Formats: sequence, structure tokens, C-alpha cells
Amino acid sequence: MSTPGDVAGEGWPLYEVFVRANRGLSHVHVGSLHAPDDDMALRNARDLYTRRNEGVSVWVVRSSAITTSDPDQKGAFFESPAGKNYRHAKYYEKSAEVPHL
Amino acid sequence: METESTMTLTAPDASARIDAEQEAELQARFDALIEADQRIEPRDWMPDAYRKTLIRQISQHAHSEIIGMQPEGNWISRAPSLKRKAILMAKVQDEAGHGLYLYSAAQTLGISRDEMTEQLITSRARYSSIFNYPTPTWADMGAIGWLVDGAAICNQVPLCRASYGPYGRAMVRICKEESFHQRQGFEILLELSQGTPEQHAMAQESVDRWYWPALMMFGPPDDESPNSAQSMAWKIKRFSNDELRQRFVGMLVPQAEVLGLTLPDPNLRWNEERQAWDMSEIDWTEFNEVLAGRGPANAQRIQHRRDAHEEGAWVREAAAAYAEKQAARERVAA
Repeated sequence: MSTPGDVAGEGWPLYEVFVRANRGLSHVHVGSLHAPDDDMALRNARDLYTRRNEGVSVWVVRSSAITTSDPDQKGAFFESPAGKNYRHAKYYEKSAEVPHL
Repeated sequence: METESTMTLTAPDASARIDAEQEAELQARFDALIEADQRIEPRDWMPDAYRKTLIRQISQHAHSEIIGMQPEGNWISRAPSLKRKAILMAKVQDEAGHGLYLYSAAQTLGISRDEMTEQLITSRARYSSIFNYPTPTWADMGAIGWLVDGAAICNQVPLCRASYGPYGRAMVRICKEESFHQRQGFEILLELSQGTPEQHAMAQESVDRWYWPALMMFGPPDDESPNSAQSMAWKIKRFSNDELRQRFVGMLVPQAEVLGLTLPDPNLRWNEERQAWDMSEIDWTEFNEVLAGRGPANAQRIQHRRDAHEEGAWVREAAAAYAEKQAARERVAA
């Protein structure tokens, strides 16, 4: 389905912003902003989302470049793992009393 | 993945096509999510009235942050020390940031940034009337931080749990930053209050001017606030106007004692029986005047915002032209 972000009437493209708070952590989505190009998006992201040392690294990506799942299809799309609770450790109860298992 | 970004405008069209039975089913799913204290996300189905209420509330909130830069921006070049100037600049920059977080949240509901800006500069959108009061003294920077930002925090903390996901998330960021705003305001007032008699008088005079407008920020009394019940049922709003006002006053009283300043209400006292604060009647005629655009600085605030938008047009156009030129070069190179 179409990605959110391409709204008629917006002058500049929309970017999604991801910030890595510290070494060893993933980049996490923090919000979005509009910018004329990638460089400006990165600078604006720094000013908008890291005014208090919130990050050591920033990613920006055009929202239109992101492919998303369709929330209306939620049930069908995520159906596969349903009923497969044997994929979780707590499905196996017989080992409950055994140490280090 | 679910992005925070602007929602596709196809949703309202699509909803026009679905029949009544489907709509009832969608409504039931929406109601169940609200009931279960789950969040509504941008691409979920939502009732039109819910969407409209949020667009109005979030965009007004964003406009308030943006207009709110002006009364304080006025003092950046007049701050009494380099330290105060740097702090004030950081605070005003925060307000711009808060405006942008909120505009982004509103955009996920299908309104464009340009449309919101247009509504603001043509006076078709409202913003908090508190910013239509002038800031004639340095103490006003203290009173705004302590009272205006204090009232805003009181309002905003419960909004972090608002049922609409992007709004709640924006509020979490904003609340973290607002506490610095309130403390710096308190500190300005404390230093003035403990300074010379003239400085003390300046602090008191400023608190006298801002106290009532700050209490009015919570909105009309509960029995005259027709939209509140629906917003509370939707879990956008979590506490009533009067509940929040009471809570705020309860926080101010001990703080005013530390400041050595008086709150300008001779009838203010704790009522043990009601377990609530007794206070004088609020003069809503003034509030309504300011709300109707007849406040001391309404025209000036909007004019200033409009000028900034129009005079900044060439910067936006130049940035867009540069981006286009670079993109064209890359196409040629590729």
C-alpha cells in the first residue's frame, strides 16, 4: 500500500528521524520533519531532536521510501505466528524445576 | 512498519465507501481500544469527530508554542546577563521545537503544515490567549516560566497518556523539556524577590499581572465547558478544567512562600471540609475579550508571525531551488 507522507499541499518532503542514544543501542524512531533535501533534513533533525545530547548518531530517511504493512490487513498479515506458542520458551513446562534451563 | 508521518489522505475517501454495517464494526473496534486504554495510531479507523477534535486541539497547541516564542523573544536582546540571555535563547528554541513536534503530530491526522500555518496567519486558528499579554518587565520572564509554563505542565502531563499515540508521544518529549522552563522562571523570580526592594516589587508586580491569566489557561469552569465530556470519554483529556486548576493552585501556594511573594487573591485558602481551595471568582469577561481577539497584543502577535512567514519565503524558495538543482545534477551524473 502507499506510504504515509506524500500529502498533497506539502512544500517539502517528509523525513523520518532515527536517533542512536548511545553506542551499543539501536537507532530508534523519534519523529519526523520536513526538509528540502537530505542534508537539511539531517541538520534540522540534529537541531530538533538532539538539543540535549539525546544521541550520538542520527539517521534521516524520506518517508516515501518506507514501505509499510497495511493496518487493515493486520490480522491476516501477522497470522503466521498465531497458534505457534511452541516458539516461546515458556511453552516447555517440564523443565520448569530444572536449574539453568 | 508504522510511521509517525502524515497519514495518507485516502482514508476519508475510503471511509465514504464503507457501508453502515462496516462502520458500526469499526466504531466498535475503536471503542474497544479506547476502553482498554490502548492507543489509536494514525492509520487506524477513527470517528470523524475524534479526528476533527484532535486536529483542532493539537494545531492550537502547536500555534501556542510558536506564538509563545514572541513574548520571550522580546527579552533576548535585553536579558540582564549573558547567562540569562543564553538560557532564554535555549528556552525560545525549545518552544519552536515543541511547535514542530506538535505540527508533526497533527499532520498524521491528514492536515498539511502549510494549511495550519495559513490558518494561523489569517487568524482562523486559535492559540492560547495567554500569549496576547505584553511582557513589559524582566520579571515577566520569571512569571511566565513559573506560572505560564507551570500551568502548561499541569495541563500537559496528563496529555502524555492521551489516547492518540502521536499526540501522547509528542507530549512526553515536551514535558521533559518544560520542567527546565519552569525552574528557570522560578529562579529568576527568586533572585529578584531576594534582591533590592525595587527588584522585589518588580517580581511581585509581575506575579500580580500573570496569576489570573495563568489560572484562566485551564479553560472555563466545568459546567460551562461543553466539549470536555466528549474529550474525556475519548481519553484525550483525563482531568476536568477545574480539577487541574485546583491542582495547580495547590502547587503554587508553597512555592510562593519560598519565593517570598504573594498570590493576588485575598480569598485564597484551603477548605478542609471541601478538601479544595477556596478562591475568588475568576473574571471571565476579560478572558472572553482576549479570546475574541481584543487582548492587548493579539494583532501584533499575528502580524509578527505573518511577516516572519512572508519575509522568510525567499529562504524556503532558495532551499527548494538548491535541492532541485542538486537532484538534477545527480540525475545527469547517473
